[in-house]
Amino acid sequence: MIARIAPMFARAADSDLWHSFKRSPGAIIAAIVTLIILLGALFAPVVAPHNPFDLASLSIMDANTPPAWEEGGSPDFLLGTDVQGRDILSAVMYGSRVSLLVGFASVLFSMVLGVTLGLISGYAGGRIDSFIMRIADVQLSFPAILVALLIDGVARGLLPRDMHDQLALYVLIFAIGISGWVQYARTVRGSTLVERSKEYVQAARVTGVAPLRIMLRHVLPNVLGPVMVLATIQVATAIITEATLSFLGVGVPPTSPSLGTLISIGNQYLFSGEWWITVFPGAMLVLIALSVNLLGDWLRDALNPRLR
Amino acid sequence: MLSFIAQRLIQSVLVMLTVALIAFSMFRYVGDPIASMVGQDTTPEQRAQLREQLGLDDPFVVQFARFVGNAAKGDFGISYRQRRPVSELLEERMPATLELSFVSAVMALALGIPMGIYTALKRHGILSKTFMAVSLAGISLPTFLIGILLILVFGVQLRWLPSFGRGDVVSLGWWTTGFLTKSGWLALIMPAITLALFQMTLIMRLVRAEMLEVLRADFIKFARARGLPERLINFRHALKNTMVPVITITGLQLGSIIAFAIITETVFQWPGMGLLFIQAISMVDIPVMAAYLVLIAFMFVVINLVVDLLYFAVDPRLRVQSK
Repeated sequence: MIARIAPMFARAADSDLWHSFKRSPGAIIAAIVTLIILLGALFAPVVAPHNPFDLASLSIMDANTPPAWEEGGSPDFLLGTDVQGRDILSAVMYGSRVSLLVGFASVLFSMVLGVTLGLISGYAGGRIDSFIMRIADVQLSFPAILVALLIDGVARGLLPRDMHDQLALYVLIFAIGISGWVQYARTVRGSTLVERSKEYVQAARVTGVAPLRIMLRHVLPNVLGPVMVLATIQVATAIITEATLSFLGVGVPPTSPSLGTLISIGNQYLFSGEWWITVFPGAMLVLIALSVNLLGDWLRDALNPRLR
Repeated sequence: MLSFIAQRLIQSVLVMLTVALIAFSMFRYVGDPIASMVGQDTTPEQRAQLREQLGLDDPFVVQFARFVGNAAKGDFGISYRQRRPVSELLEERMPATLELSFVSAVMALALGIPMGIYTALKRHGILSKTFMAVSLAGISLPTFLIGILLILVFGVQLRWLPSFGRGDVVSLGWWTTGFLTKSGWLALIMPAITLALFQMTLIMRLVRAEMLEVLRADFIKFARARGLPERLINFRHALKNTMVPVITITGLQLGSIIAFAIITETVFQWPGMGLLFIQAISMVDIPVMAAYLVLIAFMFVVINLVVDLLYFAVDPRLRVQSK
């Protein structure tokens, strides 16, 4: 086992990607920040100072405590508490868990859907191709947020109310996933068209390899580079879309709040002066989006052969 | 030229029919329209009568044709929740959204284009670097968060500007405008900035990228070699060629301003169509959702069409090709 993994590390350490990573301070900082946030979200139940969903530990006496450095703050609640006495820092950690989960899951969903349709479209050509691309054109003429909103609205109509609350997370992942597949499909279709006419694909076809196998084993690995760049940037977009939907009140239910839900809850207390309930989840959201975007920018430049 | 226009018109009609089909399916198959319209104590006979009256037992094609016909006349049925014709609701809300979108678009263009030109011409200036850094933040900051921050600073802490509503409006026949009162303008400032900021950064980055591309072209080098003054090269030759792709993308962005107004309207409780749409979604008011979808699609299609025709007018190469 080790004998197999060790050379892989050696190869990775010597790759162009790693060398380019070592030379860009922006990417390193973004990667470290992303890693800390990921770990914090992943191990929230262990690391978070309080459990914001354990009703027994909440006390109304702690409600609306300002952050520790403000007058009236308490070292127990570093970033203050909300109206129910929930620790904001812990709520933000649990909230990032939901936000990141929705972000990654919906990107995975739209990536699988988009890459599949793009491969089929580019490889099969003809009627199937123009059918898929027409749908893509129509969808692309609407902003993604509108598509996600509509799907969510339709799901609300189709599912009974209590069932919808349970399934809200999955509906959200589905809605955001559907709203993002077009870009993958277009990118993959374009590169597939190029790869299809190359000699190695023709050779495979002549020797009688099945189309499915050609698509998966030969074409797919060669079109994956731009997909990875797109996926990275889309994670940031998906997290922002999720937050926006939750803020608009059509995202995840307040029982398991995401960052967007927390911002939306805090927004109601803005006028009474409790700014920290909104500002800290908001700052976390921006931090995630900014560092993921920076990583995506770096990856795009590093994988672009024209810039080398 | 004519065949191009005809082709684009047919395409637009097809897109509208597809959207109408989606809207119709939503209306017809998401939940039971009858159950949503009548109260609990309606008898089965009355329900059957209403079903008959609305023609819900007719074949699919007939129903769809009727839906399209009614939609073309602006009739989208009656809102489930508000018990009023949807067209009336939309008409009431439309001026608010259009005024907000218009002001934001003007703001985004008036600031975004000069900033883009400046950052392209003075690439390494401190001001250019600041613009670029700010624009990265503008892209990473979600629209609703910008709105909240503006409210926090200018509405809650400084108390300079009203943070919700439209202020006093003046009614001009069927159009209500906030442009004629001071409170209307004050109420407009923060929502307009929120909505414009993202578009502005996008336009700025686009103008900058296009301009840099054009400045590298041979005809610019040639113009320099001829000894033309720098001003003339930059603004007569480079800018003109930059504007062609900028017009296309900006045109398409105008459509998304109207769609993104949903978020801004929710943050500032701006009484426009977007707020109506969000309320319709959370209350599963399908006729309002369907009507909004068709209306937005229509605006997008018209804008796309105008942009394509504008392209013809701006780019002489296209005219030569089509002859």
